[in-house]
Amino acid sequence: MLRIVSSVSRPTSTGLLGKVAVTTHTPHNGRRSFSSTSSRGADITLTVDGKEVTVPQGSALIQACEAAGATIPRFCYHDRLAIAGNCRMCLVEVERSPKPVASCAMPAMPGSKVFTNTPLVHEAREGVMEFLLANHPLDCPICDQGGECDLQDQSMRYGSDRARFHEITGKRAVENKDLGPLVKTSMNRCIQCTRCVRFANEVAGVEELGTTGRGNDMQIGTYVAKTMDSELSGNVVDLCPVGALTSKPYAYHARPWELKNTESIDVMDAVGSNIRIDSRGVEVMRIQPKTNDDVNEEWISDKTRYAYDGLKFQRLTTPLIKRGDRFVSATWEDALAAIADGLAASGAKDDEIQGVVGHLTDAESIVALKDLINRLGSDNLALDQPGGNAAPVHGVEKADAILLIGTNPRHEAAVLNSRIRKSWLHTGLEVGLVGERADTTYGYDFIGEDAKALSNFIAGKGPFVEKFKNAKRPLIIVGSALAEHPDGKAMYNDLAKFVEKNKDKLVTPEWNGFSILQRVASRPAAYELGFPKFIYLLNADEVDPKSIPQDAFVVYQGHHGDLGAQLADVCLPGVAYTEKGVTWVNTEGRAQLGRAAVSSPGASREDWKIIRYVFSWPIYRWGPLPYDDILEVRDRLWDISPTLVRYDVTEPTSQEIAIAGLKTLATQTGGAKVAGTPLRNLSQTSTKLILYQERESVTMAQCTRAFVKGENYGFTAFA
Amino acid sequence: MFKASSSSQTLLRASALSARIPRPYRAKLVARSLATVADPPVRRYGGLKDQDRIFTNAYCRHDHGIKGAMSRGDWHRTKDILLKGDNWIIQSIKDSGLRGRGGAGFPSGLKWSFMNKPGWEKDPRPRYLVVNADEGEPGTCKDREILRGDPHKLIEGCLVAGRAMNATAAYIYIRGEFYQEASHVQQAINEAYKAGFLGKDACGSGYSFDVYVHRGAGAYICGEETALIESIEGKQGKPRLKPPFPADVGLFGCPTTVANVETVAVAPTICRRGSKWFASFGRERNQGTKLFCISGHVNNPCVVEEEMSIPLKDLVEKHCGGVIGGWDNLLGIVPGGSSVPILPINKCAEVLMDFDSLKDAQSGLGTGAVIVMNKSTDVVKAIARFSHFYKHESCGQCTPCREGTTWMMNMMDRMVEGRGHVREIDMLLELTKQVEGRTICALGDAAAWPIQGLMRHFRPEVERRIAEFRAANGAVGFGGLLKKDADDTLALPDNLGLRLPEAEAASPALEQPRA
Repeated sequence: MLRIVSSVSRPTSTGLLGKVAVTTHTPHNGRRSFSSTSSRGADITLTVDGKEVTVPQGSALIQACEAAGATIPRFCYHDRLAIAGNCRMCLVEVERSPKPVASCAMPAMPGSKVFTNTPLVHEAREGVMEFLLANHPLDCPICDQGGECDLQDQSMRYGSDRARFHEITGKRAVENKDLGPLVKTSMNRCIQCTRCVRFANEVAGVEELGTTGRGNDMQIGTYVAKTMDSELSGNVVDLCPVGALTSKPYAYHARPWELKNTESIDVMDAVGSNIRIDSRGVEVMRIQPKTNDDVNEEWISDKTRYAYDGLKFQRLTTPLIKRGDRFVSATWEDALAAIADGLAASGAKDDEIQGVVGHLTDAESIVALKDLINRLGSDNLALDQPGGNAAPVHGVEKADAILLIGTNPRHEAAVLNSRIRKSWLHTGLEVGLVGERADTTYGYDFIGEDAKALSNFIAGKGPFVEKFKNAKRPLIIVGSALAEHPDGKAMYNDLAKFVEKNKDKLVTPEWNGFSILQRVASRPAAYELGFPKFIYLLNADEVDPKSIPQDAFVVYQGHHGDLGAQLADVCLPGVAYTEKGVTWVNTEGRAQLGRAAVSSPGASREDWKIIRYVFSWPIYRWGPLPYDDILEVRDRLWDISPTLVRYDVTEPTSQEIAIAGLKTLATQTGGAKVAGTPLRNLSQTSTKLILYQERESVTMAQCTRAFVKGENYGFTAFA
Repeated sequence: MFKASSSSQTLLRASALSARIPRPYRAKLVARSLATVADPPVRRYGGLKDQDRIFTNAYCRHDHGIKGAMSRGDWHRTKDILLKGDNWIIQSIKDSGLRGRGGAGFPSGLKWSFMNKPGWEKDPRPRYLVVNADEGEPGTCKDREILRGDPHKLIEGCLVAGRAMNATAAYIYIRGEFYQEASHVQQAINEAYKAGFLGKDACGSGYSFDVYVHRGAGAYICGEETALIESIEGKQGKPRLKPPFPADVGLFGCPTTVANVETVAVAPTICRRGSKWFASFGRERNQGTKLFCISGHVNNPCVVEEEMSIPLKDLVEKHCGGVIGGWDNLLGIVPGGSSVPILPINKCAEVLMDFDSLKDAQSGLGTGAVIVMNKSTDVVKAIARFSHFYKHESCGQCTPCREGTTWMMNMMDRMVEGRGHVREIDMLLELTKQVEGRTICALGDAAAWPIQGLMRHFRPEVERRIAEFRAANGAVGFGGLLKKDADDTLALPDNLGLRLPEAEAASPALEQPRA
């Protein structure tokens, strides 16, 4: 209850939308949405069940009732979606109103007296519930929603204790729809709340889902039979209050009461979405979003939600040592001894010893690896990130003009993209794009797709320049792909100069308008390896095999036997993100704490422990790294950067540092030549975006077939 | 022996005389003493004279074009009306007592004045008048006569009403099936533009006003004002939530008023002939003239303009040549289109055709569509047909209507043949109550009322059918399951009513007390 109360006292119902600047022109038809209409007005006071409650003006009655502690049953109403008011479950009695009113659709009026516990209200709820159940199949025992079904719960509480529906004509039957490999439909169960339709149209920006037919024949579906091509489609499963839309990969796998819930952090992209890992025994059964208004609101991308099945395949469970052309299992002692021998045999010293940090590496093990490499006398740690570092997830909603360079956030950070869309829908946000044209789910001004277009923009040519200049909070989002592009340096140079020139707007103490969108939890720079003799790959799979010298000794530490492991002489089994409680830093610099949901498979160990242990043999003169437990590692994190242990907040980069960074960037990239190659977006399937865990994921493979290759997926009852 | 004075004798005679003529439906007069002064003369309604008709070309006998319309007085000094200003027009409409002719009967002057809230001038948004010509209510055919015969009355009405609410444009939403009507209206608009009555500087008044025609696709629900707005916007015709009301956020998000064709079309005549003239017809609060459309078992079904508060019996006898087979052959009348409850013959004889009298009789004036049914009618089937209609036309947006109309239809279908349990009559009534007043728009109410009316007045008929069916087929459980079809080896629910002792009784009509 406390949570709901506090959300009510926010500027508007969703809180976040309240921060969106209100523009004078009517937005792209945000009708029916209380949350998108106004900023915080005066508070109003009304009486709910005899209890006085004060809510901000513009709140819906249902929010006022919640604030007063009265629970209102609902199906169609959802905090983050527009109001439909069609389930009629939230009827309450208002004084001087002859009819019961739908509390979700009625604005709270000052001084009104609301009753939520009268015979009229009970009778109304019971009536609506009876109607909903009249055409709802009684298949709860085989329904995946069973146990977490709003209809089930509310019918127990508000429904009648017996059925009156015995019509010989029977119940409605509706054909199931094929929405692709992620969402399983059972449309007989649908109660037409239209939450999924509203989500698809407003948040996801794919106007493919809608209602056809009318009256009792109304159906939810894509108008023409096709899959729901959205990177956020999995969220409709959570939104569906009944079992009409369920998760296909999860079908018939578990019941909610069997699952252990662990709140953690996602690593499939750099947004750092908050997730809830539902596990049974040692198995991750599903992943669901956890609400965090600052990061992912209530949504997660499909990758986050469905890639978990890759955790079950191709795992490294024991240390492996390469003998000839094959790996053999070994004990930890043997493996560590082999590494020690390998280091000695390679004769590597100082900077010939290199550590490479890969995609899914947590802050603790990065620091441990850094300490380890340093201790071996080397400073050769490949962990550089070109350019600025404070990219915004949250600031997006404050910006009034966004310039995207070489990125399509829809695929690189789907949740972030939904925020841009939200802002675009409800405010006067203008978006410009340099790079490959893509369907971003919002309109943008296309500037061009190569470095020339960018320099033209910077020179002040083109229609978007004016919009960007007039913006109060302009924002540049640079895709991480730019750094890998042949013209990347030149463009960075251009940009750095541009930002410096316009620093009064772009880089102020309150606003940092230059940001880089990272796409993985820790960006490696494997292409700048050099020629070391001893390489320690920590989860690094994007290594170009050609860059690794034949005679170098390679240690791979990770949780999947993937590309990096093939190059290795010794493989050490680490653990995946669902199996360790560590710190993750997202693209905006927000440190968040993940938690272990399941135990690690086989002989694998937490990564920082492995690194600490690797050279702790007595034969070395230096002994183990100076931390014995995770808390001591975090003390070390504090030494390096206190922000790493200040969880859940972002520290803004100070103006001076930002400008200094830009200057360095400008000098580093000075004199770069422009080749003129057009920028290409990373597609959903390009290997760069697919982490090895996803490569092992059956679900993701099916997605690739259905969405990218456009294969006719065909209707399947079981995924 | 008591001897009455001569004056009281005449009084008695007069009252005896008046007892034969229909009176307004109201409570009996209290007993009078001799000292009571004489009653004011009983005002008889009906018998509208030709010179008082507003729709002089309702039957399309004359030219519907601008020439004919102007010869009938349309566009006469419209400029002067416009120059009187918004307040004057609205006040005239208020004084005339005009109530909306679309069914709900909301006072029109008041409704139009919602558009002119204090400070409306500062609102930069355009403002719209939307004319609801989506006449879909079964039994109703008055608007089409206006659109066909008197389109200029409507166009002029748009201008006058639009001026009253300071609208920038009017949209006329015409039902898709009305092809000829839409053509006539479009012709009228073109002619009016050509004559300078519309467009910039309409009628030379300096006021600029546009009229557009939008043709619907024939959904009944698009006659609901917000669904109509949605439909004009190009979306599915599904009613919006209110609030916000259209006067705040309507068509394209702008202040909008939706009005019926007849309401708009009478406005210029009211302004021209004066609100007093219009208010002189009909009873207090129900003033004016109205187009009534009488259909069904009458000798001469027709659309006729009559005074409000005309007795229903007069309307049928005078204009339609009476009920087929005579008044005594009458079974019941639906006085206001399919969505109002049916009235049995005894009430038909005494109600007046106005909002209040019909409301007192537990029915409604609705659109003034009188559906007459004589004794050849299967009244249960007729109402079941209404249920089919509402099931078909429910938009499916909100739960009680979507599920309720279907359920009610299924039950009514069974009631037609009597396949049901007597207890289900009360259950059906309960279902109608669960739909009524719980929906976004009034379609749920409209679906519920005919059934309530049927059960109120014709319940014995329904019970008789149930009894007959059971006599022929054996016991019937809830939901229409026959006991002889029930397979005891299956896990049937035990609350089907198959073993109820009442179900075995000989006469179900006796055990159920009448409502």
